[in-house]
Parts: sequence; structure tokens; C-alpha cells
Amino acid sequence: MSRAPLLLAENLTKRFGNGVLAVDDVSLTVYPGETVGIVGESGCGKSTTGKLILRLLEPDAGYVAFDGRNLGPIAGQQLRDIRAQLQLVPQNPQTSLNPRRTVAEAVIFNLRAHGWPRHRAARRAAELLDRVGIPAAYLRRYPHELSGGQLQRVAIARALSTDPKLIVCDEAVSALDKSVQAQVLNLLVELQQERGVAYLFISHDLGVVEHLSDRVVVMYLGRVVEEGTASELWRNPTHPYTAALLSSTPGRDRQPLVLAGDLPNPADPPSGCGFRTRCPFALDACAEQRPAMAPAEGTGAHRAACLRSTDDLAFPVRRGAA
Amino acid sequence: MTAPLMTTPLMAATVTDPRLGQDRPGGPLHPGFVRRRASRSTRGIAPGALRVQDLAVTFRSKRAAVRAVREVSFTVEPGRTLVLLGESGSGKSVSARATLRLYGDRVDVEGSATLADLDLFGLSEAEMRAVRGKSLGFVPQDAGGSLDPLRRIGAQVAEVVRWHGVERTRRAARDRAVDLLAQVGIPDPGRVARAYPHELSGGMRQRALIAIAISCGPRVLIADEPTTALDVTIQAQVLELFARLQDELGMGLLMVTHDVGVAEQVADRVAVMYAGRLVEEGPGAVVLSQPAHPYTAGLLGAVPTPETPRGGLQAIAGQPPPAGAVVADGCAFADRCAFAVEACRRESPPLAEVGPGHRAACPVVGGSVVGRAVVGGPAVGGPVAVGQPVRGVSHPEGPAS
Repeated sequence: MSRAPLLLAENLTKRFGNGVLAVDDVSLTVYPGETVGIVGESGCGKSTTGKLILRLLEPDAGYVAFDGRNLGPIAGQQLRDIRAQLQLVPQNPQTSLNPRRTVAEAVIFNLRAHGWPRHRAARRAAELLDRVGIPAAYLRRYPHELSGGQLQRVAIARALSTDPKLIVCDEAVSALDKSVQAQVLNLLVELQQERGVAYLFISHDLGVVEHLSDRVVVMYLGRVVEEGTASELWRNPTHPYTAALLSSTPGRDRQPLVLAGDLPNPADPPSGCGFRTRCPFALDACAEQRPAMAPAEGTGAHRAACLRSTDDLAFPVRRGAA
Repeated sequence: MTAPLMTTPLMAATVTDPRLGQDRPGGPLHPGFVRRRASRSTRGIAPGALRVQDLAVTFRSKRAAVRAVREVSFTVEPGRTLVLLGESGSGKSVSARATLRLYGDRVDVEGSATLADLDLFGLSEAEMRAVRGKSLGFVPQDAGGSLDPLRRIGAQVAEVVRWHGVERTRRAARDRAVDLLAQVGIPDPGRVARAYPHELSGGMRQRALIAIAISCGPRVLIADEPTTALDVTIQAQVLELFARLQDELGMGLLMVTHDVGVAEQVADRVAVMYAGRLVEEGPGAVVLSQPAHPYTAGLLGAVPTPETPRGGLQAIAGQPPPAGAVVADGCAFADRCAFAVEACRRESPPLAEVGPGHRAACPVVGGSVVGRAVVGGPAVGGPVAVGQPVRGVSHPEGPAS
């Protein structure tokens, strides 16, 4: 890909006060107009990565560059200007929308914060809420009067209002019932096709991530263990954790690669490869050195951090795979 | 090796042992937990199915009565799995909990429930307590909130074992508790038995609850969203555990879930609920690949598969009704249904046979393939009609084994 990346995160690291290394040397890129998924289980650092990218948290090391500008030293009005381009759809709209503002005000507030005059902001809010499928009669309602699916549409309208180039969706559809989730996912795809916005889609739901994403980053214990195009990853996972994760998705005729045990304590991660304590293919060498990301088979975009990535490991075959 | 689980009723719960009231561990009992031995009347339940007939549940307050569930009937055969599938507010958890008689006096439960030859709704409260946790196991949804935070895991497992008279002494019950924790795949069970709930991960807590639920070798296990709060790799472990326990114990499983993938993986039969009623019921492989109710078809189409084109999910228009919403006459799904005709809004359709062991509550579709009508958007190779395969399986032979 020769285009310039829209978002470039390099070697992001974040250790919290309790000693947990939540994000450990994470690098990722998002190109304009594409969807990058981050998958992993609870505690893998995917949401913290999202917050670091939005600069809601300061990294201990590494940097985030957005549209060619390093976000690290930027502050004040300049940061606000960049935030107009870099928006968030959070997981839980019930708590992220102010209960004392109507849904129209929620969108207007975001626009006002980015310097829009009130009357233009109001007009744009009405247009956007209409676009995401909120009936005009609802504009003056309060969040508690709307369903979860409708609130998530409002959150999407709010994120879209400043014409961002990238929206971070942090478990944006996880709380919705499936029939409603499908509506919101279809809406996200339509809006992307219409406006060319890129998504960084953080989710634990593998089916949804596969459906939506061009490229996917798999995280385990604060680190990226594998990345590649969605189709490549699902067809041909290289890292044993990716294989376990994908094969664990329930469904018909499943042969999951069932892992032993639980996630290790993130405050005291294993030496070497973080996954080795649960990995059925681990060697002694896995405890000694931490595997670096290296190109896997296929295109150069598919990379994995596994010492055994060149070995032919016996992964379960996915349903429908050749 | 772990001790074999009790599959035959042994050690009759004798009410004559005078020590039993005294040497219980002195720890706090759960409120409402009565210090009594299990009643004699329920030991030795013959193998048999759990049958629920015409279940209706109404919640009453001073102002209103909310009918959460009505006309729900299902059967859980020994060794088999029935999945109650539905979205939030559909009444699936209420059905499961009402079957266990977990609701008090302020909730009206009508209908009948039998386990083998035992009439569950006819039992006294004391008799029911002897069935619950023994012949009828329950895994609640919220593992964190269902364990006593002030008592060690081992004591909570041992309590059930002793109360039901499976083990008589504290020591034996404690050993049995450790065995049970090992049996549900908990590493280092001796240590976990001495741990408090907050020291364990969600997956470990869920497994401890499963250990409690299977501790007395239940005939039927009722599990309410047992894996919903778990990560997928842990979920895979727990689902495998259920399958193994069913093989070993011949236990029937009633699994309540909203997850179509989980249903596909575990179900012998599936009962789909919408707005408090069953809309479709039948063999899992048939219902989940050739649904005969537009709602089931919509639910399946809403879940992305590898073949779904991006943005081409079959969303169902509108919202599911909130729990206990007052449903006007007619089919509760009519307003969201692409097939609805005028008659759908007049009377509520009963479940009717649409295939071998397969019933659906939709006279419009009723098992016959409806031309090119579309439930939602297009899926693989054009529109999907109800009654046609939607999830890549063309001709299922029958119930998944």
C-alpha cells in the first residue's frame, strides 16, 4: 500500500499504577477509508489501545501519528482540532450520553465544542440524526426514552457530526440484541461507503469483526500476536492463539482448539512469549525470548509473533474452509 | 481420577440423624436457606424427561400485571440438550426460573412441569427444595453475584452435597467438593476450594457454579446463559465440559441463550422465544438451517457468517418489544415481519406442525417455502426465503447428535 497511513501508532506502551502492563509495544496502522479490527479477550489491552490512540490516556512509550502529525506534543486548540477528525463511539450509550440533554443537544454539543455556530449546528444535528434513522419526533427526547439501538445511532450521529476521518468504535454494538446489532452494523457500512470514514473497530465478537474489517489485529496480554487481512487470518491463522480464538467461536461442527487454563496475571506476565503458558505448541525456547512480529506466509501484510510460525502446526480446520 | 458422580440415588436422606442439625459449618447461611435435611419424598427420581406444559408467568405489582411468558411448552429428554433461544426480554430466563419455582408468591405461575413422574408445581416448598440442586441442577447467569462473597468456594460446594445427603460428614463433603471442582476442569482444586469468590476469574467462578449444580448428579441441568459473560476460549472450555458431563451422567440440559452459535453447537432441539411465547420449536439442525418462522429466519440472518457480504446483514426492522410489553391481539412479531398479512394482527397464531417434530407459530409461512419473499436483505446467492437453508447446510438429516 503506497498511500500514506491515516493513523500510525508505533510501539505504544502503557503500564498502569497497579503494575499491570496493559499495552506492551503495540504498533498498528489504519489507512484512509478502511476498517481495522482489534480482537482479543477481556484484559488483552484492546480498549486501552483505543484510548491511547484517542489520547484519552498518555502512553509511557511510543507515539501516535494522525494524518502525518505526531499527537504527543499537541495540546489545547490544536488537539481539539485533531479530535474533530478522530471520534469515538463508546460501548455504552446509556452512560456516554448526558441524561439531561436531549438527543439533538448531544449532537449539537459536540459541534459547538468544535466551534460551530448554534443554528448551523442544530441544522446539521437534525440532518445527521435523520440520516442514522432517528425519527424527527425523537430529537427532543431524552436518552432514557430511547432504546439501546436508537441510542447507539445517536452516538454514531454525534461521532459523525464533525466529519471525522477515523472513528474508534469500542465494543460499539456489543450491548445490542442481534436483530438490532445487524441494523447498526449495516448503518456503519453504509456511512463508510458514503463518507469514506475509517473505523478502528474494537470488539470481542469475532464474527462481527470478520464481517466488518479489512484488516484485523489480534491481541493477547497487551501485545499484538498476529495481524493480517481478515480473510487471510480466518483462513490461515499462524499464531496458535489466533487459531484457538477463531476455532472457539461457537457454531455447528466445531472442533475448537481448547486452551488449558486462564489468562495469566497481567501484573506478572510469563517470560518470553505471553501465550506460552496456555499454548499447546510451546517449546522451551518460547520461555526465553519474546518472539518478534515476522511476516507469515502469503503477503507481507500478514505477520505473526510466534517462534513456530514457520512450522506446520496442527490447527483445527474452520468450518467451510477448504 | 475423580470419584464417580452419583447417578443412582444412594444414601437415603435420613431425617433421623440428630447430629445433622448441629455440626453444620457455622458460617452464615444464605437467607431463606433452611437448616433441614432434604425431604424423603424425592429421593430416587426415575430417569425421565423434564416436561413443561402451557407455562404462563405473570408478575403482579399494585398497579399492573405483566404477563412475561405464556403458552410455553417444551421437553428436555434425558441426555439431550434443549436450547431456549431468544433476545433480551423474550421470556427465556423467566421460563427457566419459573420451572425451578424460583419465584415467590407475588408471581403467578400457571401450567405444569414434571420431572420424570414428579409434578414439580404440586410439591410443597420443602419437597421442592429437595429437588432443586439435587435432581434439577441450576447454573445461574451471573456467576459473580450468585456465590456468597464471604464463604470459601469449597464450603459452598460442600454445603449442597451435605444438605442433600450425598455426603454425611463434613470431611467427606469437603473431599467431595474438591473432587467436583477437579471434575469441572479447575486446575489445583484444593487451592480453589479454599479461595473466596473474588479471588477467582469469571471462568473459574462459572465452573464452581457448575460444580455446585452437578454435585448431586442431577437428572436435568438448567443453565441460564452460562457462558455469556465468558471470553470465547473459556466458553469453549465450558461447553466442552457440559458435553462431557452429559455423556458421563446421561443428564438432560436446558440451555438458555441468545447466541445462535452456541445454539448451533449444543442443541439437539431448539425452542425460539419472542415476546414471551414460543414461535418455533424443533430439531436444532432443522430450525437453525431451515427456519419456519420469519423471526427465526431474521435472527439467523442477523448473525454474520463468513459468506455474508459486508453491510448485507439481514436486519429485522424495528425493535424487539420490551419484556412483558402488552401485546395486542395477533402475532407479536407482525409489526416487524415482511410476511405479515392482515390476519396476523387479528389473532395470535398457535404452534402448528410443519415437519417431523417441528412446530412453528406462523400460518402464513407455515413451513411451506414462500416464493422469493425476503425476510431482510440479501444473503448468499440472492434472497433467502423462510423454509430454505440460510446457513450453509442444505439437507440436515435430523437432530444433531
